[in-house]
Amino acid sequence: MHRYEVLFILRPDAPDDEIDKAIAQMEGYATAAGGKLEKTEKWGRRKLAYRVRGQREGFYVLFVLEGTPHTVSELERRMKVADAIVKFLTIRIDEEQKRAAKMAELRAKRLSRQKPKQPAPAHASAPQAAEAGQV
Amino acid sequence: MNGKRNAKPEARGAKSGAPATAAAAAGRKQYFRRRKVCKFCDEKIDVIDYKEVKLIGQFVSERGKILPRRLTGTCSPHQRLLAVAIKRARNIALLPFATEL
Repeated sequence: MHRYEVLFILRPDAPDDEIDKAIAQMEGYATAAGGKLEKTEKWGRRKLAYRVRGQREGFYVLFVLEGTPHTVSELERRMKVADAIVKFLTIRIDEEQKRAAKMAELRAKRLSRQKPKQPAPAHASAPQAAEAGQV
Repeated sequence: MNGKRNAKPEARGAKSGAPATAAAAAGRKQYFRRRKVCKFCDEKIDVIDYKEVKLIGQFVSERGKILPRRLTGTCSPHQRLLAVAIKRARNIALLPFATEL
């Protein structure tokens, strides 16, 4: 099981209830393919950076889900077929999160080690200033 | 009186003394250049998220190009992560591939 993030854009010209219906449908597909939805975020309508299928705006929706590669390929296949969906992007995030956690841990360790030595750099700059005054 | 006397050597030290010692490598630059610091190291950002358009947008030129490290001061590991994030953001139309001027 990996954690994925799926961000997709729906056509903005559809009415709200249709958008909700499409989102619910996608959620259904994701769970049906063995995925576990953790979060659904509706960003709402926002401007696109470039035109996609003649549209200048899009309705952004974000899924965070846990699943297998098969879940993702099935969900992507469904998205390709769905008329309401203009564009989508799937990214695996578990590795990135693991790396970030490691970095944070390393930093915490380094900080706890360095703390007692902190006043040292202040002394180093003081003699230099005195020298400049003498010249 | 004292203040006046003190002021002179200090001014001279800044003009001729400094280039001779610390700024010799910088090549006699008269103006003060701020040292560039990697924003992501400074703010301790481990994951550069493609969804944070406000943050990533700062590292893109007016035309939509990724800004080089020498202009932004980003460190090498973070620049690599940043490039990936910008490319992801472009893919999902959060950032432009190119903009007309």
